[in-house]
Amino acid sequence: MSPKASLELVCPAGNLPALKIAVDNGADCVYMGFKDNTNARAFPGLNFDQASAREGVRYAHAKGAKVLLALNTFPQSDTWERWQAAVDNAVELGIDAVILADPGLMRYAAKNYPNLRLHLSVQGSATNYEAINFYHEHFGIQRAVIPRVLSLAQVEQVVKNTPVEIELFGFGGLCVMVEGRCALSSYATGESPNTCGVCSPAKAVRWEQTPTGLESRLNGILLDRYGKDENAGYPTLCKGRFEVNNETYYAIEEPTSLNTLEMLPEMIAMGIAAIKIEGRQRSPAYVEQVTKVWRSAIDSAKRAPDSYAVNPAWMAQLNKVAEGQQNTLGAYHRPWK
Amino acid sequence: MKLALGPILYYWERETTFSFYDEIAASPVDTVYLGETVCSRRHTLRTEDWLEIADKLAAAGKEVVLSSQALIESESDLKTLRRIAGNGKFMVEANDMGAVHLLSAAKLPFVAGPHINTYNPQTLALLAELGAKRWVMPVEMSRDALGHMLRDRPSGLETEVFAYGRLPLAFSARCFTARHHNLPKDDCQFRCMDYVNGLTLKTREGQPFLALNGTQTQSASVYNLIGELNAMRETGVDVVRVSPQAFFTAKILRLFREVMDNRLPAQTANQQMTKLMPDQACDGYWHGRPGIEQSYLQASSAEDAA
Repeated sequence: MSPKASLELVCPAGNLPALKIAVDNGADCVYMGFKDNTNARAFPGLNFDQASAREGVRYAHAKGAKVLLALNTFPQSDTWERWQAAVDNAVELGIDAVILADPGLMRYAAKNYPNLRLHLSVQGSATNYEAINFYHEHFGIQRAVIPRVLSLAQVEQVVKNTPVEIELFGFGGLCVMVEGRCALSSYATGESPNTCGVCSPAKAVRWEQTPTGLESRLNGILLDRYGKDENAGYPTLCKGRFEVNNETYYAIEEPTSLNTLEMLPEMIAMGIAAIKIEGRQRSPAYVEQVTKVWRSAIDSAKRAPDSYAVNPAWMAQLNKVAEGQQNTLGAYHRPWK
Repeated sequence: MKLALGPILYYWERETTFSFYDEIAASPVDTVYLGETVCSRRHTLRTEDWLEIADKLAAAGKEVVLSSQALIESESDLKTLRRIAGNGKFMVEANDMGAVHLLSAAKLPFVAGPHINTYNPQTLALLAELGAKRWVMPVEMSRDALGHMLRDRPSGLETEVFAYGRLPLAFSARCFTARHHNLPKDDCQFRCMDYVNGLTLKTREGQPFLALNGTQTQSASVYNLIGELNAMRETGVDVVRVSPQAFFTAKILRLFREVMDNRLPAQTANQQMTKLMPDQACDGYWHGRPGIEQSYLQASSAEDAA
């Protein structure tokens, strides 16, 4: 089967410097969000206002890169207008595609802007081709980002049974839950990715040095306690250490990064349209490092898929920026536990 | 208002499940949702067995709805979904957009389940146009937000609220029960069966926080809105859902029924329930607070003290 599209590298742009660095280092597409809760990385100090968005689009287009806009949270009844205005604004700014999760908003976009390219966000929780084809038939989506829960064989089944381009996560923080289907954060803090664009929001985090070690709490709930020689990362709820049957461990997930470099030739062969790099909340230095490595790897895998091998220098560079300095193939690899 | 029993979220022995529904057939519940919604590896009951139970419950006068799996990953998951969607007899609760796709394409009426993200009236209207006859509010939605949703509700569309049980909060490709036993998901040895109400996860201070239920993560606390039935009625809720637990489900249903029929004060029912629940109660989401919080019980115990 011939690939539906040539594999694109989609890089995170948390702000204008990160966008420029991603474009300069070979990103085919960058994705960004506006400075509010219309996207799932609604962090203080992150994202784009009108002026920086305009400059970002200008810069990327001048260098032949595309700009995607994430509007991937779920509008609520009383704030619907903000999401609708964000779609209008995306068109006005000349964004190449909007990444949406909410079906109601998707209908608004498809009806009012038939020429606007729509991508289904990972937050749309589409894990099978029937779900993806629903969005294609009703709203004409052209690409879907798959939650990080399928094995590669399952991804292949999806690709074979839909006309929609498939985008997969390649690298970055690993969300172990199906995106769009996790309310753990709102259970603990009242704010979740779906409703507020945040997971384990910083304002609910407290650090405390105690006689038994450094403790991290989320809205008062103890997430972890660190020994003297342990690195304390950002206290994301599902990456804490908890007690189950008197055993204390990372019961849900270790702090680790997804890294699928070794699967690139298979992904190209099955016709994956794009690889997404996670990390809009990370520094421009992270974006530079990761974009460079993935650009080289994709070029190498496209040029000579049969002799492709992961360059140890790439792994070394990625490990330096990986969460917990560890990486995993996640669900793409079945024995994962 | 009608009283509904949600699908069993746990993995029980085959005989336990059959005798559970014998008891439910005699309970004061209007609607029963049936089927495996969490994990395709759980199959002590096959689709035919669920249909057999469905027939029995229908004969006992219950409305039966077949629930589809929330996380559909493989071709065999889709095969099961197609069988459920095409059962020809019972309405189906769609728990993912793949199910919505199949049901709407076949022009079949359906229930938009709690795992369809319905957060605004535009999406609600879309689901109604596609054939939804009822929708189940996402568990993290508050009473106020529900009120906004229902201001211009599509005609003929019923609203259901998850009102009792450990909250289904998240789904994963990973099986956390298998992980606890250091087993891969594909060789889980069906350890879920050892934890009939889920496996409690505590903080390192011993605070019960979550419950591991295979690939699903639940709240350890039990969402209990028995004190909010009048508020639900005022907001426009048509159906109240109780989620099955391994013990006392029929008693819980009776208490809900009695409070709904104004035969028992909510306070009294609530006091009786504390002995029947697998963990403490919570009701934060309904009040627009973090889900783990509890206000009703605190208020009632303050009154008791006074």
